[in-house]
Amino acid sequence: MNSGLAAPIIIPFATAAVVLLGRHQPTFQHATSIVAAALHLAIGAWLLNEVHHSGIQVLHVAAWQAPFGIALVADHLSALMVVITGVIYTAVSIYSRGEINADLRRRGYYPLLHILVGGISGAFLTGDLFNLYVWFEVMLMASFALLVMGKTRAQLDGGVKYVVINLISTLLFLTGLGLVYGMTGTLNMAHLHVKLKMVSDPGLVAAVAVLFLTAFGIKSGLFPLFFWLPASYHTPPVATSAIFAGLLTKVGVYALIRTFTLIFPFEDNGLRGLVLVAAAATMIVGVLGAATRYHIRRILSFHIISQVGYMILGLGLFTPLALAGAVFYLLHHIIVKANLFLISGLIQRYGGSFELSRTGGLYRSRGWVALLFFIPAFSLAGFPPLSGFWAKMILIRASLEAGHFVLAAVAAVVGLLTVYSMVKIWSEAFWKPQPEAIKDNTVAPPRLDAWMLAPIVAMAALTVLIGLSPEPVYQLARAAADELLEPGAYVYTVIGTMR
Amino acid sequence: MEVVLAVLTGGMVAGSVFLMLSKNLVRFIFGLVLASNAVNLVIFAAGRLETSQPPLIPENASHAAGAVANSLPQALILTAIVIGFALLAFIFILFLCTYETLGTVDTEAMTDAESLAEEDSAAGGTHS
Repeated sequence: MNSGLAAPIIIPFATAAVVLLGRHQPTFQHATSIVAAALHLAIGAWLLNEVHHSGIQVLHVAAWQAPFGIALVADHLSALMVVITGVIYTAVSIYSRGEINADLRRRGYYPLLHILVGGISGAFLTGDLFNLYVWFEVMLMASFALLVMGKTRAQLDGGVKYVVINLISTLLFLTGLGLVYGMTGTLNMAHLHVKLKMVSDPGLVAAVAVLFLTAFGIKSGLFPLFFWLPASYHTPPVATSAIFAGLLTKVGVYALIRTFTLIFPFEDNGLRGLVLVAAAATMIVGVLGAATRYHIRRILSFHIISQVGYMILGLGLFTPLALAGAVFYLLHHIIVKANLFLISGLIQRYGGSFELSRTGGLYRSRGWVALLFFIPAFSLAGFPPLSGFWAKMILIRASLEAGHFVLAAVAAVVGLLTVYSMVKIWSEAFWKPQPEAIKDNTVAPPRLDAWMLAPIVAMAALTVLIGLSPEPVYQLARAAADELLEPGAYVYTVIGTMR
Repeated sequence: MEVVLAVLTGGMVAGSVFLMLSKNLVRFIFGLVLASNAVNLVIFAAGRLETSQPPLIPENASHAAGAVANSLPQALILTAIVIGFALLAFIFILFLCTYETLGTVDTEAMTDAESLAEEDSAAGGTHS
C-alpha cells in the first residue's frame, strides 16, 4: 500500500485546474506548469527508487482489494515510464514559454497539456484493463484538442484522420476487454494472468489477443496500422508535436509490452511470429517513408514509426536481453525524439521553414543549432557513444543470440538508412547556403530564446550522459525485463496468493 | 436470447463497417455511433444474460438470496457510453469545423496535411 503512487496522476490534473483559473496570467500559467512538471519528475524518481529498492509497489484505490477494486501498480517498467514522462513534461513546459502564443493560451493549451500528461501517467500506472481504457480516453481527448488547436487547414485535415483511426482503435480495445471479461469475469491485469491460463479454448484467447494487438498496434504506429501518424504529427505547434512524438505512441508500445507479457504471454499463443514480422516491416517502411520526405517534421514522424519497430522487435524476441533492449530503446527514443521535434522548432525559427528546400545556411549563421541537432540525430541513427548506439546494439545482439539473423540485419540496415535521413536534414538545413529568395524576405532574425534552448540542451546532455554511462539505465531496463518475463512477483504483489 | 443479441450485434457491426468505409465523413460518423453501440452490447452480453433478480441484498442479510444480475458490465457500459458521448460531441464539432474550413466532407479531397507539393502553407508555420 503506497499512496504516493497516485501522485503522478493527481499532480497534472490538479495543475490543469489551477492553470485554468489563472488563464489570464501567462507568467503564472507557465511558472505553475514548470513547478508541477518538476514535481511530477521528482515523484517519479522517488517512485523508481522505491520500486528498485523495495520491490513492486501497489495501491488499492479506496482500499478496495484487487481484483474487485482498481489497483495502481508500479513495477520497474511503469516507474521508468513515469520518470521519462516527467522529463518530457518538464522540457515541454519550459519550451512552451518560447512558443505558445496568446491565442493558443486562450484556447486552453496549458490545461490540456496537463490533462494529457495525467492521462499518460494513469495509463502507465494502472493495473486494471478497464481503467487503462479510461486513461487512454482521457489522453486521447486531450490530444485531439491539442492537435487541432489553432484550426489551420492542415491541422483539421490531419486531425480528422488522427481522431477517426484512434477511435476505431479504442472500439477494438473495448471489444477485446469486453470479451476478456466474458471469459474470465475479471479485468485486473494480474488476475487475468492467472485466469486466462484456465480458459479451455486457446483459439478464443488468441483471437481476443489479436484484437488487443490491433488496437495497441494502431496506437503505437505499427505496420500496417500507422497511416494516421505521418498525416497528423507535423501539423500542431512544435511543443505539442514534441510531447506527442515522445510519449503518445510509446503509451501504445507500453500497452503492447504489458499485454503480451502479463495478460497474453507469448508462450501461450502463436502471435510471436506475427509480431516479429510486423516489427521488421514497421522498421523498414518507416525508414523508407522518411527517405522520401523533405519536410523536417514529416521526416521525423516517419522515423517514429521505424523506431517503434525496434521496440516491438525487442518484445517479439521475448528474451531477457531483448526486452531489456526494448525498454532501453523506449527510454532513449522518448528523449531523443522529443528533442528532435523541439529542435525542428529552432530550425524553423532561425532557418525560416520546416521545408528543407526553403531553409539553409544554419551552420554558418547558427552553428550551435547544428551542434544541438547533431547529438540527438546521430543518437537516433545509432552512432557511438550516444544513447542510440547502445539501444541498437542490445537489440541486434539479442536478435543474434535468438538466432534471428535476418532481423538483426534488418535492424542494422534500418540504422544505416536512418543516417541517410539525418544527413539529408544536416546537409539541407545546415550546410547548404540559404536560398536567395528566402534570404531577401528574412527580416531581423528572432532573438535567442533561453526558454526554448534550455530543455533542448538538457535533453541533449542526457542523451550524451546515457551514451557515456549506459550501465545504470541498462540495469534498470534489465530489472524491468526480468519482472516482465517472470510476472509471478507482480501477480503476487497485486492479488496476493488467492486463486 | 444470446442468439438474438449476437445477430443484432453482428448486423450493427456490418452496417457500421459499411458506413465507415464511405468517403463521406457524415456517413462515417453514423457508422461510428453504430459501432460504439454494438461494442456496448458485446460487453453487456459478456456479463451473461439471464432473467434474474436485481443485485440487491435484502436487509439483515449478508448476501443476496438466489441468482442476481451482474451489475459490473452495466457499470462498464455506462462509463463507455459517457466517454463515447463526449468523444462524439467532439468529433461532430471537429467535422463541422473541418467542413467550414476545407469546404468538403469528402476524405479524398482532404489533402492539406499531406500535400504532394510539400509547401509550408500545407504544413507547419502554425504558430506564426
